[in-house]
Amino acid sequence: MNKFEFILRRLFTSIIVLIGVSIMTFLIARVVPSNAAELYIGPKARPEDIARVTKQLGLDKPLPVQYAVYMNELLHGDLGLSLGTKRPVLTEIRDRLPATLELLLSGMFLAVLIGVPLGVLSARWQGKPLDTGVRIISIMGVSMPAFFLGLLLQIFFFRDLHLLPLAARVNGNLRFTSPIVEMTGFFLIDSLLTRNWVAFKDVFLHLFLPSVTLAAYSIGLIARMTRASMLEMLEQDYIRTARAYGVRDAVITYLYALKNALSPTLTIIGITFAYALTGTFFVEVIFNWPGLGQFTVRSLLGLDYPAIMGITLFGAVGYVLINLIVDLLQAWIDPRISLK
Amino acid sequence: MTAIPDLTIEPEVQSTRTFRHVLNVIVRDPLSLASTIVIILFILIAIFAKQIAPYPLEGAGKTNVSNSMLPPSWEHPFGADKLGRDVLSRVIVGAQPALIIPIGVVLFAVLIGAPLGALAGYKGGWVDELIMRITDLFLAFPSLLLAMAIASALGRGLEKAAFALVISWWPWYTRLVRGVTLSLKERYFVEAAKAIGVRDSVIILRHILPNTISPILVQATVDLGTVILAMGGLAFLGLGTQPPSPDWGLMVSEGRTYILTQGWISTFPGIAIFVVVLAFNLLGDTLRDIFDPRQYR
Repeated sequence: MNKFEFILRRLFTSIIVLIGVSIMTFLIARVVPSNAAELYIGPKARPEDIARVTKQLGLDKPLPVQYAVYMNELLHGDLGLSLGTKRPVLTEIRDRLPATLELLLSGMFLAVLIGVPLGVLSARWQGKPLDTGVRIISIMGVSMPAFFLGLLLQIFFFRDLHLLPLAARVNGNLRFTSPIVEMTGFFLIDSLLTRNWVAFKDVFLHLFLPSVTLAAYSIGLIARMTRASMLEMLEQDYIRTARAYGVRDAVITYLYALKNALSPTLTIIGITFAYALTGTFFVEVIFNWPGLGQFTVRSLLGLDYPAIMGITLFGAVGYVLINLIVDLLQAWIDPRISLK
Repeated sequence: MTAIPDLTIEPEVQSTRTFRHVLNVIVRDPLSLASTIVIILFILIAIFAKQIAPYPLEGAGKTNVSNSMLPPSWEHPFGADKLGRDVLSRVIVGAQPALIIPIGVVLFAVLIGAPLGALAGYKGGWVDELIMRITDLFLAFPSLLLAMAIASALGRGLEKAAFALVISWWPWYTRLVRGVTLSLKERYFVEAAKAIGVRDSVIILRHILPNTISPILVQATVDLGTVILAMGGLAFLGLGTQPPSPDWGLMVSEGRTYILTQGWISTFPGIAIFVVVLAFNLLGDTLRDIFDPRQYR
């Protein structure tokens, strides 16, 4: 199989999976609940409302017809109206996405920045105290519930050290003193572009604890995986040859092995995305972060059904796309992949 | 009439042989030994919660407002919450939903996932294709997100959250067992059983599934940590155990408002989750070292 064929195949399977995902979401929305119409109206449904919504949603029609209607709306970007805010779910998602993406990306950036070097060092000093230390730190990272770590960090950095803000995305007064001009929706970038240093510092300080909370799990995961793939690489023939030639150990580890060990680590970043995405739900609740996660949790508790289904679909599509991008990147980096 | 030679093939099962070895490694590694003890201890606490808890009624949810927000003391080592309930008792009683239910979740996920994986790997062809494409669909969702959606579609509650987690976790075991089955299929003892006409169902049940136990066990140990975290997360968001019943995740959430002034309400259940998950992950890590020496040494 050549590279082009691989990419086409991968794109094709992604489309199939996306269709499947839409069917799954549809089934969860329409078939799992005992009375879908009641869910759509909310807990205070009256019988006449239920009858009306049953008709409106076409719940009296056969399932395949219902799915066709649902799919048609979906392709026109219609995810329905949120019961909580009475606005289109898609608009809600779009408005809150930048805040969540800023958190998600800085969390994953931290995770890679810390996780990969930890894994590499761990592999280089395999079996040494450093390796054991990294093992314990990474296992602690994947064992700590985000919703608890966030609280501990708040106690320590806000209450005890008075070093970082408790919650929120920016200081409330910033709106009056040095307002952020929104361009990308990423406050860190917006304030940087407009050279609004007061805002930049404030945004950075607010972003710090939520990102660390979000990153903790991924740091552990990435460090473990990087260590494993580094160890595998260090056993390869080309490394042994390099050793035989007397190439220095550091050069072998940081240059020869690391280059090839990064490819499996890329896969982990795809998996990490799934954890980080659901991680933002907890982090946003704890740090009062005005993003998608907070909206999701509010919808889950308020039984805002159209919103829940819209977000689930949106999250799954994002996950499928991330995995697609990771696979394509890998095929581009590593020629052996397309030969499999 | 000639006697039919007795050709019953004894299934070759390796897991019993390595059990001693596993025990040896665990006993020698202080971290794994400590983890095992912690896990057993917590399971015992969960089972005998009603007998151990100093105030079992408060543990189950009975309020005692005169004790509201008592800081930790000899009588109440973990303090008391807003409604005056002894936090230690609630942590002990809360071990049941927080620890035993996830064990059940993983068990059911294995019971659904493993046979399907063995079937897919053994049969191959369209059966394999069908089963694996279905698992692909489930795995296309971030697991916890899928569980949240299902849990909310079913309505809130502990059993519903547990069911939702089973639905989103079984495909991992199908994938795992299918992979193992593919390699077992080529082994002589399976070929031999096939050659003398042992039925497919018998081969899968007696020859293949028993040999997938060790990889399943490793996976399940690590997964238990993840499922406890997921269950705690659902409870924290209000989708799992409903008040006044206790659950570690729910208790962290209940104490969140007072975290800066009465930190003990959230801290102790939070530590309980962390310690149990840490124990499962440390043990899982050691088990993975033993069973998959290629990847981790």
